[in-house]
Amino acid sequence: MKKIIFLFSTVLLVANTNAQDKYFTKTGKISFDATVPKSPENIVAVNKATTMVLDTKTGEMQFVVQMKGFEFERALMQEHFNENYVETTKFPKAEFKGGIQNNEKIVYTKDGSYATHVKGKLTMHGVTNDVETDGKITVSGGKISTSASFSALFADYNIIIPSVVGDKVAKSVKINVECALEALKKN
Amino acid sequence: MKINSSRAILFLSFVFISNHLLAQDLLSLLGEEKPQKELVTNAFKSTRVINAHSMEFLSPGTMDFRILHRFGQMNQGYSNFFGLDQASMRMGFDFGIAKSIMFGFGRSTYKKELDAYLKFAPIRQATGYHSFPFTVATVAGVTMNTSPWADPTIKNYTSSRMAYYFQAIIGRKFSEAVTLQLSPTMIHTNLVPIHTQPNDVYAVGFGGRIKFTKRMAFTWDYSYLVNGRYDSLNYNPLSIGIDIETGGHVFQLHFSNSTGMNERAFVTETTNNWGKAEIRFGFNLSRVFQIKKNKML
Repeated sequence: MKKIIFLFSTVLLVANTNAQDKYFTKTGKISFDATVPKSPENIVAVNKATTMVLDTKTGEMQFVVQMKGFEFERALMQEHFNENYVETTKFPKAEFKGGIQNNEKIVYTKDGSYATHVKGKLTMHGVTNDVETDGKITVSGGKISTSASFSALFADYNIIIPSVVGDKVAKSVKINVECALEALKKN
Repeated sequence: MKINSSRAILFLSFVFISNHLLAQDLLSLLGEEKPQKELVTNAFKSTRVINAHSMEFLSPGTMDFRILHRFGQMNQGYSNFFGLDQASMRMGFDFGIAKSIMFGFGRSTYKKELDAYLKFAPIRQATGYHSFPFTVATVAGVTMNTSPWADPTIKNYTSSRMAYYFQAIIGRKFSEAVTLQLSPTMIHTNLVPIHTQPNDVYAVGFGGRIKFTKRMAFTWDYSYLVNGRYDSLNYNPLSIGIDIETGGHVFQLHFSNSTGMNERAFVTETTNNWGKAEIRFGFNLSRVFQIKKNKML
């Protein structure tokens, strides 16, 4: 019985300390590039208001981004992105839920740079797909920075590139995620 | 003791499960996002419904190069190739200054008329925090006839060439597909051709679109003249068309009873009658250029 109580209390303790293991940001940066050599202009965009939460205990990681927040060099491109390609009024958010597969190898308390392997599900334009990629976590003075890049096929997310511009837009988009996280204080 | 331990295990697994479930939605730890104010855009594909100004604005830093064509009457038959033998055109440049401010100028072949306008929206349709159900925009414009004087032997005044128009546009994008707008308009012409014609003409414009694919929409605009309309002299202008967006360009193909391509011309000088099948084919071609790039990277 004593053992059980002991176990209980450890579990409860663990559960309580969880909050300190979580790190977050609301100003993460996601950029993408769908330029091909034939593109008349660069098809790049950036969103600087990505929300990400990382649980350092379990390695679980989630992020969400408002699709309307992507900024392009050219207003017309931005309009087409919102109106015709990603239909941001209908599908306002993109979301990733997954985790760091090699979380046990990352020492979040020690400064350094760690290679990560991230796996999860990305939901965009109403379609969910598995994604897997290598990234990096940098720990420096209590701050955690994550970065990863991966590719996604437009076709996998039902994003249709009309044949007129078929050779001017990449079939697959390179997505780059960079987030500087800070400790999440639960109150 | 046996029961106790199995209970304990059950409880423990509950704790683990609930712990696991909590972790499933990390994002909810941050609480609900505050709704942000977001302007409703793309109510129309272009800044004109067909002839009339739309509730839509150009993005800041862009220029819209517009080429407008109005052909002859289709009921003239094959001898004039259904009107395509004759064409009247307007070339225009519109500029987006700020989110809700734009201006533009152009020149039409009809009466060799120059026109310029400034458009400003004090209220924009928005969602989220500080949402508003419709857009209120205002337009002030001027036109100048530069064709040779009808009678050069008399003293002519430059002011006689000028006309002014003022317009309010109240519009709402009801859904992705449907947009409607209402635009009370006042047109002041300094010199009218016949003394019985009023210098001030009041009209109410109605415009709208039904978007039926991502890149195509059915559009119409109509102006009801409150005064200054004389049977068999002029008519209320009605245009019905299709917007086609091809990526770089927007084509507005339409049928209309008006030839004019500025407010003064198409509101006060539409001389054809839909009832008599005096319809013309026309198109607007719009190409938007980015003149000031968004420096965000």
